[in-house]
Amino acid sequence: MEHYNMNLTLKVWRQKNATAQGNFENYQVKNISSEMSFLEMIDVLNEQLNAEGGEPIAFDHDCREGICGSCSMHINGRAHGPWDATTTCQLHMRAFKDGDTITVEPWRAAAFPVIRDLVVDRSAFDRIQQAGGFVSVNTGNAQDANCLPIPKDDADLSFAAASCIGCGACVAACKNSSAMLFVSAKVSQFALLPQGQPERTSRVLNMVAQMDKEGFGSCTNTGACEAECPKEISLTNIARLNREYMKASFLAE
Amino acid sequence: MVLDAKIPAGELEKKWEDYKGHCKLVNPANKRNLEIIVVGTGLAGASAAASLAELGYKVKTFCFQDSARRAHSIAAQGGINAAKNYQNDGDSTFRLFYDTIKGGDYRAREANVHRLAEVSAAIIDQCVAQGVPFAREYGGMLSNRSFGGTQVQRTFYAAGQTGQQLLLGAYSALNRQVGLGTVKNYERHEMLDVVMIDGKARGIIARDLVTGKLERHFGHAVLLCTGGYGNVFYLSTNAMGSNVTAAWKAHRRGAAFGNPCFTQIHPTCIPVSGDHQSKLTLMSESLRNDGRIWVPKKQGDTRKPNEIPEEERDYYLERRYPAFGNLVPRDVASRAAKERCDAGFGVGASKQAVYLDFKFNMMRYGRIEASKQGNHNPDDATMLALGKEVVKEKYGNLFDMYAKITGENPYEVPMRIYPAVHYTMGGLWVDYELMTSVKGLYALGEANFSDHGANRLGASALMQGLADGYFVIPYTIGNYLADEISVKAIPTTHEAFEKTEKEVAERINKLMSIKGTKSVESFHKRLGKIMWDKCGMARNEKGLQEAILEIQQLRKEFWSDVRIPGEIESFNPELDKANRVADFIELGELMCMDALDRKESCGGHFREESQTEDGEAARDDANYMYVAAWEMVGDCKWNLNKEDLKYEVIKPSSRNYK
Ligand SMILES: Cc1cc2nc3c(=O)[nH]c(=O)nc-3n(C[C@H](O)[C@H](O)[C@H](O)COP(=O)(O)OP(=O)(O)OC[C@H]3O[C@@H](n4cnc5c(N)ncnc54)[C@H](O)[C@@H]3O)c2cc1C
Ligand code: SF4
Ligand code: FES
Repeated sequence: MEHYNMNLTLKVWRQKNATAQGNFENYQVKNISSEMSFLEMIDVLNEQLNAEGGEPIAFDHDCREGICGSCSMHINGRAHGPWDATTTCQLHMRAFKDGDTITVEPWRAAAFPVIRDLVVDRSAFDRIQQAGGFVSVNTGNAQDANCLPIPKDDADLSFAAASCIGCGACVAACKNSSAMLFVSAKVSQFALLPQGQPERTSRVLNMVAQMDKEGFGSCTNTGACEAECPKEISLTNIARLNREYMKASFLAE
Repeated sequence: MVLDAKIPAGELEKKWEDYKGHCKLVNPANKRNLEIIVVGTGLAGASAAASLAELGYKVKTFCFQDSARRAHSIAAQGGINAAKNYQNDGDSTFRLFYDTIKGGDYRAREANVHRLAEVSAAIIDQCVAQGVPFAREYGGMLSNRSFGGTQVQRTFYAAGQTGQQLLLGAYSALNRQVGLGTVKNYERHEMLDVVMIDGKARGIIARDLVTGKLERHFGHAVLLCTGGYGNVFYLSTNAMGSNVTAAWKAHRRGAAFGNPCFTQIHPTCIPVSGDHQSKLTLMSESLRNDGRIWVPKKQGDTRKPNEIPEEERDYYLERRYPAFGNLVPRDVASRAAKERCDAGFGVGASKQAVYLDFKFNMMRYGRIEASKQGNHNPDDATMLALGKEVVKEKYGNLFDMYAKITGENPYEVPMRIYPAVHYTMGGLWVDYELMTSVKGLYALGEANFSDHGANRLGASALMQGLADGYFVIPYTIGNYLADEISVKAIPTTHEAFEKTEKEVAERINKLMSIKGTKSVESFHKRLGKIMWDKCGMARNEKGLQEAILEIQQLRKEFWSDVRIPGEIESFNPELDKANRVADFIELGELMCMDALDRKESCGGHFREESQTEDGEAARDDANYMYVAAWEMVGDCKWNLNKEDLKYEVIKPSSRNYK
């Protein structure tokens, strides 16, 4: 791969804290290598701000391998930026060219209040999981693992749903700020497995109730979530969630 | 300091059973009055917190990420070992025990490792019961693969995302307890000190990373499940936030630090591409099941890999270690890569890389797939196409990650890889009960030193973290807490909390008031360079002595010239990092001292002065068969205590993978 260097203009959302008014600031960065990751480019900018006596831009990140779900930048109008199926930390500067202007914003959703700059509060996701995203089995209760054969196709589908990283891009991408893709991923993981059956009804009802309580919007099937999801969580999970929910509501009545 | 490992008497195979049969118990009513602090929500912390809460204890967890689910364990790729012998290929508890001791180059405790092997099978059962979607065969049974240093298939996996699936399993168990009100999670909180009352750990001081405020938390016992310290090298495969701070504060409060220099350099990582590099990315060891490692036979060969004919390639691991081939343990594979690159056979622009090539096995799989489809004489293109699909299913996410980072397509050209810092076998010294040398203070998971000796085998860290959390601590902590049932929760207005919080606040004030000229990042980078050059893959006396002086100098400079922007009582990641880097600097010095003291080579610790004629590590059992447990006796002044290792069942021999 040919390397090249580029100079860029960055328009970055700055906001001191949850209650402060935020605004865009413009910055110039020079000699950015096409080999860098997007976050390494932000590192360069932060070192520059630091040297000039400014305050570095706050952003969430940890693994930088696309798996922890921490990173969360809205780049040029797309959650996680221009590459499909890619987290912000895995986006590389090869995606840009010399002279580009790049706009960087936090996730925007009422249920994800801004903490500072590009950092938002996604604890609503944890609370949804706490409402039902588990199989109630105490440590020590398990039988031998192979006593429970699971058809490979079911296991694979369940795994595909379970690979959601909880980043929140689906919410950020959705005009209604719906969390359906995220919730459907967890509900599907268990609905597809025999271990998930005993609590199938209560799980979906409780998780959906918590989702509504957190102030996420409703799903109008626009599919923006699937398009921006870095882990390619499929919309079929939302369909499954709807079925599960209907069935559970019926049973609960 | 007197170190008592508290290893139960009796035959090795019976120790754990006997221990469980005789340890003290706490009755359910009393458990409800006992509070436990769990710092860390990775595999070790989440599994411990959930299991303890299920037993009835009141638990608080802490993590610095915004959610417990994002602990660094989430990034583990390849798999988790367990002695299930589902493949009928000769595995057993004893063999897993034996492989782990041998892989660790005879520097781990027999009793701990045997217990680990004993509980390994139950981990898989527990995870499956939680709904962890492990990879399966068409018959519905669990699938296995091989990892380095073993000749059986005992590794369970979920594509290249095993850590993610296991952690989400433990996180779900934790969530259930949060819902039941038995656990309270404190996210975006960093533990900055241990509070000691009458010689026992009784709580922590934590900083709320959003408000910057210090908080006091009481616990009858404190568990540190805070992960490894590979980031002392600046560049490593660890997550950006991984740090030593919690363990280091414990060390400063009297907990001995075991084998700090034992670092694992992983052979298969994406090579450094430039100065901007902020971290290194692992390409899982599982890839060595199907990838063959080679360099050109000719020095400085500039041809593209696909232009180099078979007979001009040197599959150096297969050549040097015919019995284990590409699946030799990590330390051996890393040194062999370094040897080839140092000798001028490296590839890629930097020449600091070797090839990991999947073509051979893609063809092999392709032939099998073709024959399943009834085509018994497939052409090369058909085999390659079918083989790619097989490889994609096994390692797709890793291949994608490689492509995004390097811009190259690993299905078409071999990967370029090079060793990188990955794991730390060293950590807080713990006894058989996982208690540090401070009463009531425990260390679990990568944060302790216990099970991997001088080199960890692949897929064994996940196993150890979950063993510690699900199956060891629930028993051993009772043995301590049974004597604490009459202790009422101590109010955090107690003078010890007062005093410790003040000390933490003073240190933060001091850091902020330096107002120097250099960024925290620049100090971290410099520390990393010293460590990598002089305490990395090869170490020698002169280099280590120099490193110690350089680090002492760096420490002075840090404390007089670091610049931290922003305010204390606000969201301030630069300040968080400064706290961590200050501790890394002190740790770096201790690691070099430990490496200097250990004049032998063993596992990941390679002293150039101690090698065999053909360049293999030469152990010195007569003089170094001990755990080095360092005790801090003054500000960065240490005493070395030695815990002698006794091998009653396994006879240490020279490791041979040939
Ligand atoms: C890229 C990669 C791949 C790997 N793949 C494998 C594999 O395939 N198989 C295998 O067996 N092992 C693997 N390992 C190793 C394994 O992942 C780790 O050793 C293991 O997950 C560590 O788990 P842990 O629970 O001890 O700590 P971690 O998961 O590191 O968790 C540490 C926790 O402590 C918290 N913490 C730390 N400091 C503080 C503080 N001061 N205050 C508050 N909280 C704090 C963090 O927030 C976090 O919650 C891999 C490692 C890496 C880097
Ligand atoms: S569904 Fe996709 S976008 Fe939404 S949280 Fe999960 S991984 Fe992120
Ligand atoms: S930093 Fe972990 S997913 Fe991006």
